[in-house]
Amino acid sequence: MDDDGQPLFRWSWVESNWNSDSPNSIVNLLEAHIVMSLVPVLLGLLAALPLGLACVRWRFLYQPTSAIMNVVYALPSLPLFMLLIPETGLARLTVIIPLTFYALAVLVPAVVDGLGSVPDHVRQSAVAMGFTPLRRLVQVELPIAVPVVLAGLRVVTVSSISLVSVGALIGQGGLGNLFTDAFQRDFYTPAIAGIVLIVLLALVGDGIVLAAQRLLTPWMRARRAS
Amino acid sequence: MNWLIDFFANPANWSGPDAIPARLLEHLGFSAAALALAALVGVPLGLLIGHTGKGSVIVVVSANLARALPTLGLLVLIVLLLGTASIWPVLIPLVALAVPPILVNTFEGVRGVDPELRDAAYGMGLRGPQVLSKVLVPVALPLIMLGLRLAAVQVVATAAVAAYVGLGGLGRYIIDGLATQDYESVVGGSVLIVGFALAVQGLFTLAQRVMVSPGVSQRLRVR
Repeated sequence: MDDDGQPLFRWSWVESNWNSDSPNSIVNLLEAHIVMSLVPVLLGLLAALPLGLACVRWRFLYQPTSAIMNVVYALPSLPLFMLLIPETGLARLTVIIPLTFYALAVLVPAVVDGLGSVPDHVRQSAVAMGFTPLRRLVQVELPIAVPVVLAGLRVVTVSSISLVSVGALIGQGGLGNLFTDAFQRDFYTPAIAGIVLIVLLALVGDGIVLAAQRLLTPWMRARRAS
Repeated sequence: MNWLIDFFANPANWSGPDAIPARLLEHLGFSAAALALAALVGVPLGLLIGHTGKGSVIVVVSANLARALPTLGLLVLIVLLLGTASIWPVLIPLVALAVPPILVNTFEGVRGVDPELRDAAYGMGLRGPQVLSKVLVPVALPLIMLGLRLAAVQVVATAAVAAYVGLGGLGRYIIDGLATQDYESVVGGSVLIVGFALAVQGLFTLAQRVMVSPGVSQRLRVR
């Protein structure tokens, strides 16, 4: 690995690889990257809501659930991909499954904490106004939990986008494939392009969750304005 | 299961330069060095910013940005730039990975200390640094330890990637196994890394139980 005086970054490489028929063109990799990072976040959120609710409703479930989630979060991604290969083959699903579990591991505690952050007097007011438990949950408790849940979602979104790239080691890393390409050819440009694009993608994802939070919690702005 | 038995029963995996204990030590070496460096950066900075309240926006933004950095990409780029002669190509990405959880949790821990508790400490005549060391750190310790634990687990898990660029550690079994289609070695290495990560997790959970003062509430806010 000698430094042969190549320039750190070659725009021409990006231009010629940006959009072509090749599955390894940057646009196609970007698309694969978005799918492989977004699907786990959405699946994780969908599964975390009922699990978190169950943990709040039946407190005794929380200890074992959070213990399991802690263990799941500790499982390393690369070995998990490997252990899944005999079941799923070298496919996007091999990357999506472990990332979904990571999302779940972060989001279940976030849902539980979020519902725990609902002040007792607010809950009692809702009961006093004759809200049924379901209506109380949907109209009062979940909206108040939104900031805490979405704080967890921001972490999950960003780390999911960055973690997908490890999948490149089994050929399914979206933009991460640029890293293996850079290494095999001893060529800086794809590595730099990949890092920059992944960080930008993560910023965009983070921004979308933030925007969602602003939309879902209009009262936060109202309070600040007054 | 048979793969696993074959892998662990194979005497070639227990002696020579490719032995499991040697790889384990390498893995432990990378991970411990990276975690120590990250703690050296993250804990003091988090304490300082949480205590003074200055620069809190920078902490949150930079930690989020660092979380977005893809470890594999950073590793490849640094190896291409510096070569594999030293341990730095592994350490830099791992430290970048470990600093955010340590920094954010330390910062949140100190900032989250009950203001009345802080006022009481000042009222008793403690000065700024004393308030920090005698009140804020012990009360924030559960979160600081949580940050260290999350960082340690992630570092151990990600250090496996170092093998891709020709550096050692338990990841070698996976990368070499993939290259030679030796699935026995891939599964064996995977199980070793998973076991290692879980052991680290357990160790930190235990340390937390020992170190956190029983007077401090045990309820943790995750992240």
